[in-house]
Amino acid sequence: MAIRERLSGNEAVATAMRQINPDVVAAFPITPSTEVPQYFSTYVANGLVDTEFVPVESEHSAMSACVGSEAAGARTMTATSSCGLALMWEELFIAASCRLPITLALVNRALSGPININADHSDSMGARDTGWIQIYSENNQEAYDNFIQAVRIGEHKDVRLPVMVCQDGFITSHAVENIELIEDDKVKEFVGEYYPQNFLLNSKQPMSVGPYDTPTYYMEHKRLQAEGMIKAKKVILEISEQFEKLTGRKYGLFETYKLDDADSALVIINSTAGTAKDAVDRLRAEGKKVGLLKIRVFRPFPAEEIAEALENTKSIAVMDKAEGFNSQGGPLCSEIKSALYNIENAPKIINYIYGLGGRDVKVDNIIEVYNELEKINKTGDIGNKYRYLSVRD
Amino acid sequence: MAYNFKQEMNKPERLAGGHRMCAGCGGPVAVRGVLRALNPEDKAVIGCATGCLEVSTFMYPYTAWKDSFIHNAFENAGATVSGVEAAYKAMKRKGKINDDYKFIAFGGDGGTYDIGFQSLSGAMERGHDMVYVCYDNGAYMNTGIQRSSATPRFADTTTTPAGSVSTGKTQYRKDLSQVIGGHHIPYVAQTTFIKNFKDLHEKSEKAIYKKGSAFLNVLAPCPRGWRYPSEDLMKMCSLAVETCYWPLYEIEDGIWKLSYMPKEKLPIEEFLKPQGRFKHLFKKGNEHLIKEFQEEVDRRWNDLLVRCGEK
Repeated sequence: MAIRERLSGNEAVATAMRQINPDVVAAFPITPSTEVPQYFSTYVANGLVDTEFVPVESEHSAMSACVGSEAAGARTMTATSSCGLALMWEELFIAASCRLPITLALVNRALSGPININADHSDSMGARDTGWIQIYSENNQEAYDNFIQAVRIGEHKDVRLPVMVCQDGFITSHAVENIELIEDDKVKEFVGEYYPQNFLLNSKQPMSVGPYDTPTYYMEHKRLQAEGMIKAKKVILEISEQFEKLTGRKYGLFETYKLDDADSALVIINSTAGTAKDAVDRLRAEGKKVGLLKIRVFRPFPAEEIAEALENTKSIAVMDKAEGFNSQGGPLCSEIKSALYNIENAPKIINYIYGLGGRDVKVDNIIEVYNELEKINKTGDIGNKYRYLSVRD
Repeated sequence: MAYNFKQEMNKPERLAGGHRMCAGCGGPVAVRGVLRALNPEDKAVIGCATGCLEVSTFMYPYTAWKDSFIHNAFENAGATVSGVEAAYKAMKRKGKINDDYKFIAFGGDGGTYDIGFQSLSGAMERGHDMVYVCYDNGAYMNTGIQRSSATPRFADTTTTPAGSVSTGKTQYRKDLSQVIGGHHIPYVAQTTFIKNFKDLHEKSEKAIYKKGSAFLNVLAPCPRGWRYPSEDLMKMCSLAVETCYWPLYEIEDGIWKLSYMPKEKLPIEEFLKPQGRFKHLFKKGNEHLIKEFQEEVDRRWNDLLVRCGEK
């Protein structure tokens, strides 16, 4: 029987970590993810896990220790936010290129400067091309479910890549909501034991990790790494299927909400999808054909599937909770545009930058976006393609 | 067991020959000297910061390391090996592995004194059961002889060139051994290659087999950067010790102990003169610079004698 609880997003992720009982957790506190290692430390202190907890002196060392630990053969995890992820920057690439399936709980927060502790996606979007799988979560339940699946995805022999599971800082990390937990033994059974093929502490076969790689081989290594990311899509779906059998909760590469017959669609990531669903319900009640697509898996980017899901809409607003500073809009919008490029009579696409540094987004704000799309559908005039939501001009 | 030079030298090398380090480089001499202190039956995981040693010993698809080896980045050998050690503890506790392992990290002075300083300090403070070995050649030799905080004052490097209005590096070197001493870890030692390698061997053995964190600072001259004939490695080390530029000592469980007292302390010129990087100090009119250098060496030596109870 599943366990009904009330947990914050942070405690939900920490609970998943407790149930998985990893070999090593190395972490450094940063708002709003601090609670994850805090909760986890209490599990260690009370003997609920037999994990080695390494309270490092920085996030750079957190990811460095994770690289050492995972290479040694240990199932390894960490948590961070914002500048913490930025400080890990160099190590994110190294973890991915060494094919080390580390699991990272990312609690999304705006990057400095100016310093700001609230949610936006500038941290994870900045890390989108580091070679990590990125899975996003609308609420505490999804953060919990995604985290458990992430371990299996990253460690799969066809993938062998690190995974970050993202949720919005404070909005879901600190809000306490109902959640359905899986029993401890079932989580352990689902994730299984970690037996890597090659590892430093294999006494039968010593190995060297992290070579100096010359132009003679470097490109082949990058090609192999890319192959892991390409294959991840299938693995993610296989593991979702097994997860559905266990819990009844179904996850795809993305979620569509009332999208089938929609003329106007939103593409959105994380917690604001919940607000947007409310807006969709209200507009549907007025007979308007609106829907949304919520990204779950951003890396690998499911471009073909997204294009198929959106091809029959007339107009799309891509919602970016991060600036791209390329003078064209946000990173999600670039991806969606390129996904739809080969579709004939592709829908019109506008981009909204919203919610930066925790700027609140209400149902009315989203309705305003749908109204703009309706206007485009009626007039055929796309107007400004690069817009800001709720900003003082 | 008493140190037996012949026996030690006949041990199989754990760092294979055929690597790409320069002739006369102190780096591999330091590595082999430290690894010889491992009991042959003991397993080890070796970590390494980016630097000459790493790029020359593990160029894909060849590795010179017979033990398991990990290179991560320039500034994080301390944190990386602390992660390996944490994995070992956890996996051993869970019964996933049975063998006993030792953990040794190597870094040059760039990766240790400077960019990797925080990572090293963190690993030592947390008390991981590991040894961090700095092979100190006093500059960023891998990128082409730029100054580090281990570079001695007045050295002519590519970022502190001696010129018509410059006498080389303006600062004295950081005393990292004493800084790590301030971490109050079980074992800290300063050593180099003198006589029959006994000092390096015994300190390495203590560092490896003492429980908890240990730090070894090994002066490992670089003939390219110091500009002396490459066959003079042992002579340069000896002069560094006999002039008291590089005193040999250890801090074991908080007790400071001088390992070697020169019979007759040589003037610093003896150490500076054979090195091209100090050539400008011997121009007429620069005598006062050598005097200043000597005064700093004397001050630090006297401080050390007091700390070691020799004065």
